Amino acid sequence: MSTLKRRTVIGTVPAALATGALAACGDDTEPAAAGSPEDLDAALERGGKLTYWTWTPSGEAQAAAFTAQYPNVEVEVVNAGTATDEYTALQNAVAAGSGAPDVAQIEYYALQQFVLSDALVDLGQYGLADLEPQYTASTWAAVDLGGVYGLPQDSGPMVMLYNQAVFDEFGLTVPATWDEYVAAAEALHTADPNRFLTNDAGDPGFAQPLIWQAGGRPYTVDGTNVGIDLQDEGTRRWADLWNRMLQPGLLAPIPTWSDDWWKALSNGTVASLISGSWMPGILEGSVPEGAGNWRVAPVPSYDGTPVTAENGGSAQSVLKQSADPALAAAFLRWLNSSPESIAVFLENGGFPSTTAELASPEFTGTAPDYFGGQKINEVCVAASENVATGFQYLPFQVYANSVFPDTVGAAYTEQGDLNAGLEAWQESLEGYGEAQGFQVN
Amino acid sequence: MPTALAAPRHRTIHHRARRPRHSVASPRKSLALTLLMGLFLAYALVPLAWLFINASKTQADLFSGFGLAFGDSFALWDNIVRTFTYDDGIFLRWLGNTLLYVVLGAGGATLLATLAGYGLAKYAFPGRKAYFAVILGAIAVPGTALAVPTFLLFSELELTNTPWAIIVPSLISPFGLYLIWVYTLESVPKELLEAARIDGAGEMRIFFTISAKLLAPGIVTVALFAVVATWNNYFLPLIMLSDPNWYPLTVGLNQWSEQASGVAAEPIFNLVLTGSLLTIVPIVAVFILLQRFWQSGLSAGSVKG
Amino acid sequence: MPPHPSRRPRRDWRGWQFTGPFAAVFVFVFIAPLAYALWLSLFQNRLVGGNAFVGLENYRTALTDPQFWDGFLRVSLFLLVQVPIMLALALVAALAIDGARLYATGLFRLVIFLPYAVPAVVAVLMWGFIYGDHFGLTADLNELLGTDLRPFAPDWMLASLGNIVTWEYVGYNMLIFYSALKTVPFELYEAAEIDGARGAQVLKAIKLPAVRGAVVIATIFSIIGSFQLFNEPNVLKPLANNVVNSYFTPNMYAYNLSFAGQQYNYSATIAIVMGVITAAIAYAVQLRGTRREDR
Repeated sequence: MSTLKRRTVIGTVPAALATGALAACGDDTEPAAAGSPEDLDAALERGGKLTYWTWTPSGEAQAAAFTAQYPNVEVEVVNAGTATDEYTALQNAVAAGSGAPDVAQIEYYALQQFVLSDALVDLGQYGLADLEPQYTASTWAAVDLGGVYGLPQDSGPMVMLYNQAVFDEFGLTVPATWDEYVAAAEALHTADPNRFLTNDAGDPGFAQPLIWQAGGRPYTVDGTNVGIDLQDEGTRRWADLWNRMLQPGLLAPIPTWSDDWWKALSNGTVASLISGSWMPGILEGSVPEGAGNWRVAPVPSYDGTPVTAENGGSAQSVLKQSADPALAAAFLRWLNSSPESIAVFLENGGFPSTTAELASPEFTGTAPDYFGGQKINEVCVAASENVATGFQYLPFQVYANSVFPDTVGAAYTEQGDLNAGLEAWQESLEGYGEAQGFQVN
Repeated sequence: MPTALAAPRHRTIHHRARRPRHSVASPRKSLALTLLMGLFLAYALVPLAWLFINASKTQADLFSGFGLAFGDSFALWDNIVRTFTYDDGIFLRWLGNTLLYVVLGAGGATLLATLAGYGLAKYAFPGRKAYFAVILGAIAVPGTALAVPTFLLFSELELTNTPWAIIVPSLISPFGLYLIWVYTLESVPKELLEAARIDGAGEMRIFFTISAKLLAPGIVTVALFAVVATWNNYFLPLIMLSDPNWYPLTVGLNQWSEQASGVAAEPIFNLVLTGSLLTIVPIVAVFILLQRFWQSGLSAGSVKG
Repeated sequence: MPPHPSRRPRRDWRGWQFTGPFAAVFVFVFIAPLAYALWLSLFQNRLVGGNAFVGLENYRTALTDPQFWDGFLRVSLFLLVQVPIMLALALVAALAIDGARLYATGLFRLVIFLPYAVPAVVAVLMWGFIYGDHFGLTADLNELLGTDLRPFAPDWMLASLGNIVTWEYVGYNMLIFYSALKTVPFELYEAAEIDGARGAQVLKAIKLPAVRGAVVIATIFSIIGSFQLFNEPNVLKPLANNVVNSYFTPNMYAYNLSFAGQQYNYSATIAIVMGVITAAIAYAVQLRGTRREDR
């Protein structure tokens, strides 16, 4: 940065832009008064009005079920945008000191960032830490960030989805290891240059779970001490593997979620996907042409030991701006831990984070026709038990992901070396972290 | 679509053709030029035709078949119904919001720009030069990047997430101001104003009774552009609004489009396409409506000279 | 008309009753945020450590920021190629329509203008679909003609954007030019005819001078528009996320700095630097344009 070291410190973090001309803004962000578990039931009794930001399809139905049970509480469900769009709105509201909802959906990877801006209520004060045993270890670890800053809604243990029809046509077998995976990709693309085993145009939300699965732990976060090493052994392991896919052109350069991508899934151009366990529901709902063709398998492994990572998934959190944090916490407790609410969530095709639902025979026994009668949830639940531990995201992960295309993404477009891209990303993140006042090492 | 648009136009064309101006500037029509200009027409229309054709397809048809051919089933009506009923009819709400922003925002912008452009053209008031320079200078500052300070100012005033956050900034149309300024110079003779002043009329009265009539073509033009600008407004509402109940169509449509991504992905490309088509239709209709006034106004202006 | 003291005062404040309301709103939605942005640009607010006055440090950083200049060069290139093409096309169309040698003039005027009425977001969504080399018309064309068009490829991205922007605004500029042509008094054409002037002479002596002012204004607006390029690349981003990076245009850079990176102060600085550059160039174009007009 610069040589100007003598700075007058005028404000603090939450009062971000409160300096000077607009001195008042940020004042609303007072820390919520300490609460207790009894507050929650009292709050439900007392009632009130809550605003809940979510893009979960079952959001409205869950809120309706809640109001049916607790008629004194009115919940307004607002779809303030999907993922980063919502974070923009949320971050704006936090910066402005007003306008935030009572409860908001936040993906696990972004949670740290809002914790750091002091935007979220620690639910531990309401005794919600006791709910820990209800959730899978990996999702609980994602919300337990030196305080319980949310309750897990869903989880996304990674699995591989593949198009059996294409596999049969080209005589491919389901790869169990990454070496087999690369071989299958080569075989398919050689047999038909218009087909690809999978697509990847550079997506941080995909690369990081793969790094995680490969044993990479590139980020270490301890308060404001941040370690970034995008060349640790596991990360390099992934990059070396993926270079073998990227450089010979075995990855379809189609951005995931684009219209091109949906079409490529529909017509078999892309023959398999590695994605979270929520993906089967989406395929079934939105790629009707694939009916009967798709199957689910574990993610290929490096050495034969089944291991996977979490890809996606969200928690819901209570915002400090909430006028009634106890009521918000009570709603949240019901939303993400009551069987009634989770049942609604599952009906809408969500993949749960609660161990009871994951273990229920009803859940694991479903054998959808779309997947040729395969009991896909058995695979997914097994994956949820094989999620590697100890992966942390950065406290500025939303920003980090936004500059991924500038650095690693460039390696994708050039079909170059991902390790070089990762190094560039690291440099960019270190610069940002230091400029933001973190101790980066 | 072309035939529907052509019908009202034809009448005006014959009307125009009878006027003497065209006997001067060579009345013979050129087929070659018309064909050459047909390329422009195709350029403008092909994407819209693509939109229309694909708005008539089901999601499944969208993923198969040729883009400029109709799909297996003609599902336009079905898509329209689904667009209007999806998510409890939120599209209709967005349409209503857009109309609100257009009526108040574009209406206000037209009024303010007309008054200011006229004032700049007809009065040598102190600060006039600075006025014009400041406005020209300020529009060069990226509006998008001023979004943060604007957002923070508005949230101080508790205007964010209300219609005012969209309407108030829409009230400024520097282009409208410029246009009226030019029109006033061209079409409001000083002598007329002097005569009215001798009759003892106040400045505002002169404006509304005499000048406004002379400026009518310009005012309609400014209104047209202001309507288009407000209807198309995207960035400001994106920043200012978090409640979809206040979204205009543009932000809503983009939200629908982005619904195709992430953990809860639910692509509704057919509704995005149909919604896009439906978003264009009213503005085109308004344009045609205004165009008829505007055209007669323009012609009058050019004849009067 | 006899001079009258109250008619021709040295200091005539009456204009303000017309220009005042616009000015008031303008101050509120333009000047105040601008002033606030200036204020913000003097501080640095960190996620850890809070807010600090840093003087002009943000400006020093901006002036040597490779990402900012990368975006700046990109929009400059865009400007130098796209704007002349678009304005030339618009002028040709306006002259053709004004020339009355066209069949169905009204239809042409209306249809060429139509894309302007299409909201930018809708236009970009639509073109984004069309550009898709698996989903869109591009895929169909590639299949039909055996070509390998890839509008989202890094080398083609600017051209693809240029096409969208041209499509959106060519009709708008055509109308501006056309309106200017319409203000030419009919008598002038008559006089020209009596003088025996034809085609090219009329064009050179009457029509081009008539649109010169409009061309200057259209150029200024296009320069501003190009430097502020945001909606089009931002809506296309999900379809080409590596090519349209976070600093693709200065405006996207400023947006991402504030809304993804929460660097509100630095973002404001970028906005101001870009605004100053834009204003300077727009002013230079205007000076040059009016000087020619004065002759």
